[in-house]
Amino acid sequence: MQSSVDIADAVPPKAGMKRAVRRRATVGRILIGLASLVFLVVLVVQVLHAAGAIAAGFSTWRPILIVYLLWAIAFGTAQVLIRGERGQRALFLLPAVFFTVAVVIFPTIFGLYIASLDWNLSSIEGPHFSGLDNVRAMLSDTYYWNALGNMVFYSVAVLGEYAIAFALALLLSAEIRARKFFRVVFLLPMMLSPVAVSWMIGKSLLEYRFGPAATLARYLGWDNPAFFASPWMARFTIQAMDAWVSIPFIMIILLAGLQAMPKEVQEAAKVDGANGWQSFWHVTFPIMLPVSITVLIIRIIFKLKLADIVINVTAGGPGGATDTVSSFIYRVYRDRSNVGYGTALAMVYLLLIIVLLTLVLRLSKRWTQRVT
Amino acid sequence: MAVTTAKSAHRHPVAPRAKRMASRALIYAALLFWTFICLFPIYWTVTTSFKSAVDVTQAHLIPWVDFNPDWKGWRSLGLSPDTLFETSTARSEFVNRFINSIITSVGASVLALILGSLAAYGLSRFRYKFAWMRNDDILFFFMSQLILPPVVLALPFLVLYKALALLDTTFGLILLYTLTVLPIVIWIMRDQFNAIPVELDEAAFVDGLSAWGAFLRIILPLAFPGMAAAFILSLVLCWNEYFFAALLTSTDAKTLPVMVASQTGSQGINWWSMAALSTAAIAPLVLIGIFLERYIVSGLTTGAGK
Repeated sequence: MQSSVDIADAVPPKAGMKRAVRRRATVGRILIGLASLVFLVVLVVQVLHAAGAIAAGFSTWRPILIVYLLWAIAFGTAQVLIRGERGQRALFLLPAVFFTVAVVIFPTIFGLYIASLDWNLSSIEGPHFSGLDNVRAMLSDTYYWNALGNMVFYSVAVLGEYAIAFALALLLSAEIRARKFFRVVFLLPMMLSPVAVSWMIGKSLLEYRFGPAATLARYLGWDNPAFFASPWMARFTIQAMDAWVSIPFIMIILLAGLQAMPKEVQEAAKVDGANGWQSFWHVTFPIMLPVSITVLIIRIIFKLKLADIVINVTAGGPGGATDTVSSFIYRVYRDRSNVGYGTALAMVYLLLIIVLLTLVLRLSKRWTQRVT
Repeated sequence: MAVTTAKSAHRHPVAPRAKRMASRALIYAALLFWTFICLFPIYWTVTTSFKSAVDVTQAHLIPWVDFNPDWKGWRSLGLSPDTLFETSTARSEFVNRFINSIITSVGASVLALILGSLAAYGLSRFRYKFAWMRNDDILFFFMSQLILPPVVLALPFLVLYKALALLDTTFGLILLYTLTVLPIVIWIMRDQFNAIPVELDEAAFVDGLSAWGAFLRIILPLAFPGMAAAFILSLVLCWNEYFFAALLTSTDAKTLPVMVASQTGSQGINWWSMAALSTAAIAPLVLIGIFLERYIVSGLTTGAGK
């Protein structure tokens, strides 16, 4: 990592200091060289050991992790030795970068490799290379396409969550008593773990025989309150539960936006004789548009990860009607131990997300610029 | 404003007042309705943990009026007053999972806070250049990990952790959880550091402190509110995480959500014990939500109002 700083440490050093600096830099370079050498040697030994070529080696790959850590520390120290002040500055960023490379970048690349394997953990024969077979299998996997279709529904439903959250934010920003109490209460659902919510609402409140929601539905005249029997009903119920958990998040951010809005604008609208709806539609809503788009995008990103509630309440049923991509891949692994295929599905999903999100970000940038 | 209302009140003596009363009533009705929606599932879970089978099936709702509360659910967890001092396998399992959850979420939050604060301070104060990447690109690189769905990493991690002998270990989970909250911590902390004037750093440099000295002695103590917000938010997210824990733990490192989920899966489980378990699992979060709401809100709304 090179770090360039505007204000170079530009004091011309004396000759002796210069030599000391140069010596330190040499020590630093030697340190990097040594650390890299150790890392490579251990890696090669372990790869050969794992391949069965040599007997020397470790029983697990854990030493590689330790050597990587040592290498990272040596690299950081060497940066300070070689670059001095600038090296110290680089040291702020390096831990996070090394961590991310080890825990995100490497596994993702490794995942691309796994995705090209025909690898079933429960079968006796190990992994073998199968190229694009997994992707080909995916194209004819109706369950996967169905799950992708469901993701579209769940993502569009974010608009409904947004509408409710906006209404709640407006309520909370009105002149009311006990505002703090209502804010805490409205925030609570967000704090609860989706797994607990799955039981609390999905498995007990909505229970067919004696859940209070079912009782209420019967009282209101719905004879057969089965919340998870028909595909669309199940989809809406899952969506409602996810909305219950996530509306507070949207609400809090919209509320912050409303509170940051200059009061004069509202008053000006009032002076001009606008009624409540007009001042909302022509003043508040346009001003809130950038915040709204930001929160919608964040919310959709999180929605695309939806899994916990589906896994625990319906396990994707009935007939895959409530499946999300994540819960489907989870079952591919849990039921069939199919690591290669599952990873391939996940990689395609990631690719789709990246492409779509790039498009949405482009569009939204243009759109918010035009409005504001 | 007062003048205008007075004027209109003069013109229509009754109508605006009644209209305002009505709109007030409507606002409060809506607020109370949503309060009910938010609280009823929690109320239902807590009360159900004190119900017997008859009270559950007949949908009795109000304790002491509809039904006589009993420690039923808590007894099955070994947490009722009369079983609290006896040995109980259910309780020891629950306590074990609870401690696992605490270690995992606190460990991951601390690690993320350290890594994230350092990176955020660097990004807020210095200009980096790494190949084609400038500060904004590096920030985007960190933030872009929010997009990554857990499934993409889950299966590679399963294979990697098997090789590294990290499956079913708390340390393995801590690494993954750190990764999931790191972008959020960086985002919050960078905003916090940007709010602290650069002049303070410069004064520290003049006094002879290095970049690290200025950071540790001057800036970090001032950044406490942001750190608290980032820490609490990470804590909540890690405490609730289920997907990775379900895939990567089996016996030793199981966390509370996995335990709750495994109980829901088994049919015929008693409602009262399930309710007690859910109550115990959400209780710490409800307390955090009530007493530390300020930090959560400030963490979530970082940069939203701009």
